[in-house]
Amino acid sequence: MKTIIKNGRVIDPAQNIDAILDVVISAGCIESIAAQVQPAADDQVIDATGLLITPGLVDIHVHLRDPGYEYKEDIVSGTRAAAAGGFTSVACMPNTNPSNDNKAITRYMIQKAELEGYANVFPICSITKGQQGDSLVEMGDLKLAGCVGFSDDGLNVEDGAMLRHAMEYAQGFDMPIIAHSEDESIKDGGVMNEGPLSTELGLTGNPWVSEAASVARDIMLAELTGARLHICHISSKRTVELVREAKQRGVRVTCEVTPHHFTLTEEAVRGYEVNAKVGPPLRTAADVAAMKEGLRDGTIDAIATDHAPHHIDDKNMEFVYAAFGMIGLETALPLSLRLVDEGVLSLNEVIACLSCKPANVLRIPRGTLIAGAVADIALINLEHTWEVTRQSIRSRSFNTPFEQQSMKGKAVMTLRAGRVVHKEI
Amino acid sequence: MAFAHKHFISTKVLSREDIDLILTTAQSFKEINQRDIKKVPTLRGKSIINLFYENSTRTRTSFELAGKRMSADTINITSASSSVTKGETLEDTAKNIEAMDADIIVMRHPASGAPDYLAKRLSRCAVINAGDGAHEHPSQAMLDLMTIKEHKGTLEGLTVAIIGDIARSRVARSDLYALRTMGATVRLAGPATMLPPGLDKLGAEVYTDINAAIKDADVIIMLRIQLEREGGSKLLPTKREYAQFFALNPGNLKLAKPDAIIMHPGPLNRGVEISSYVADGKQSVILEQVENGVAVRMALLYLLAGGNDA
Repeated sequence: MKTIIKNGRVIDPAQNIDAILDVVISAGCIESIAAQVQPAADDQVIDATGLLITPGLVDIHVHLRDPGYEYKEDIVSGTRAAAAGGFTSVACMPNTNPSNDNKAITRYMIQKAELEGYANVFPICSITKGQQGDSLVEMGDLKLAGCVGFSDDGLNVEDGAMLRHAMEYAQGFDMPIIAHSEDESIKDGGVMNEGPLSTELGLTGNPWVSEAASVARDIMLAELTGARLHICHISSKRTVELVREAKQRGVRVTCEVTPHHFTLTEEAVRGYEVNAKVGPPLRTAADVAAMKEGLRDGTIDAIATDHAPHHIDDKNMEFVYAAFGMIGLETALPLSLRLVDEGVLSLNEVIACLSCKPANVLRIPRGTLIAGAVADIALINLEHTWEVTRQSIRSRSFNTPFEQQSMKGKAVMTLRAGRVVHKEI
Repeated sequence: MAFAHKHFISTKVLSREDIDLILTTAQSFKEINQRDIKKVPTLRGKSIINLFYENSTRTRTSFELAGKRMSADTINITSASSSVTKGETLEDTAKNIEAMDADIIVMRHPASGAPDYLAKRLSRCAVINAGDGAHEHPSQAMLDLMTIKEHKGTLEGLTVAIIGDIARSRVARSDLYALRTMGATVRLAGPATMLPPGLDKLGAEVYTDINAAIKDADVIIMLRIQLEREGGSKLLPTKREYAQFFALNPGNLKLAKPDAIIMHPGPLNRGVEISSYVADGKQSVILEQVENGVAVRMALLYLLAGGNDA
């Protein structure tokens, strides 16, 4: 028995396919993509008329909070949210409790996702033990366990020699270093973008240079060591320029941007809105424009959510004390599709930034519908409008500045290895 | 005339009419404080909670006296620790106070935005901001304006220099908005490490040379340098150098208009930001500010606790 998804607009940027076609799934893998496939009597047929058929989306930056902070999110609820957002693969950050710096936790994450989850989980392990910044994790062993990269996300590796040696060592195993680049000493306790608004609100500002200076260092260390460097959630205009220039010089650097950093400015913080408190901070209109330009010219490789669920008890308080972060898995697709309406990217480019391109950054064998690939697929209704409410969001947490906003575009069905894991048609 | 706001959190939202109403009301209450028996029954039966998460002598005493002289029941809650370390959230604390049918919460809090946060969550209690982080200290601005107006007759067209740690001064922000609304020119001055970005966008003229800021000013407001705060040493080399370049002294005071008045929200660091000769000199109105503070706070309590109905 096969599954045939019929009459959808197949967009697979990895193969340059954009046409009304049928997708044939057999034994959990893509068997073929062809026109007018005639189903056999026992084949299951999914009618995708009017829908996009895309590779299951790939998010290389999420926090699943499991183990340790299951009251915020766990691997089941987080991957449920992923599937609802069209994502079939997520790379999860290691700032769990205990942190993911060892094979046991890496295997736990992968296996829990396989047994109980709705999406594939590709763990990112910490660079240093316990994310303490002073000694390397067992990178070789972790690679064998299924780890796809190393990051102390949430924290900068302040010690330059530590980061240099981490890059050298990771490079020996052909593994990327994923940098949360913010110089803590320049950040100096900043809780929002530094500028007239932080002055008005009386909040400590975090200037763009905390990010750009750290990115400059990290790029040069990558240049020195030859390591693969991926820079997380870039937020400032100057950072885009640094990455653009580094790529032109042939440095092996990639970067990602979150939907909130290309959608919102610091104005979202006005009124001390804790759900707009995020690290790095939302910045200015010029920075948002630079993010879009970076996506347009390919400087920015991927859209990643930095899905950071927090319980209301960690958010509902005075702004300076509230936790950093917002959820993003379920709003990423409609926010990214706005880039098409704005003429920043084509539809194919948006899908690429959410599938094959992020998969390539971490060399995750996903993000395409090529024959033989695992049948991770999203069916997307571009016209479906919906409202962001507690009821419409599957994540265990609801820390989003997009509450009550209207979204256009939705994954109405998500398949993981040929099996339907999300359906709302 | 009714006051147009339920809470009193920021001077940025106040209109010229709002400020005139507060100042006029305060002026009428000032006389009560000069009586032998300093008490009127105006707020009898009203409950006012002073909820102070930061140390304060002047402001808390001023609000407490204001309430008591209006015959309100005033209770002081002081907590050295903020809600995070205390274990009870600010919202829970405030809602408990509200459940006891308090009419007004007067709050000082180290976190910018804390009064705004409370106002959004309380349904009956009015919130008065007695200083929140580096955001605002609006009752201080009102007593400053009252004092200036008493001396100058008007606020329109005056030049007011505010000098010191602007970055961390809630007084500077509240004064700036209120003075601009009333038609004054505001100069903000201090070492460049203490001048945050965007002050010009908020309506101020910005100076790093305090002599330029003082020149021909009608009013000079000196701010306390808070060297005890963390990070102070990255912002300033020494108190000595601060006094040399950024203090008001009899020498640079001569640059101001001859009838300029000198103000300071207190407490004073004598010999650091202000010379004792200036602080105790005949142009100083620092103690008048304190006196007017009680009258202004009586007016605010009155306007928020039902003065509208009276």
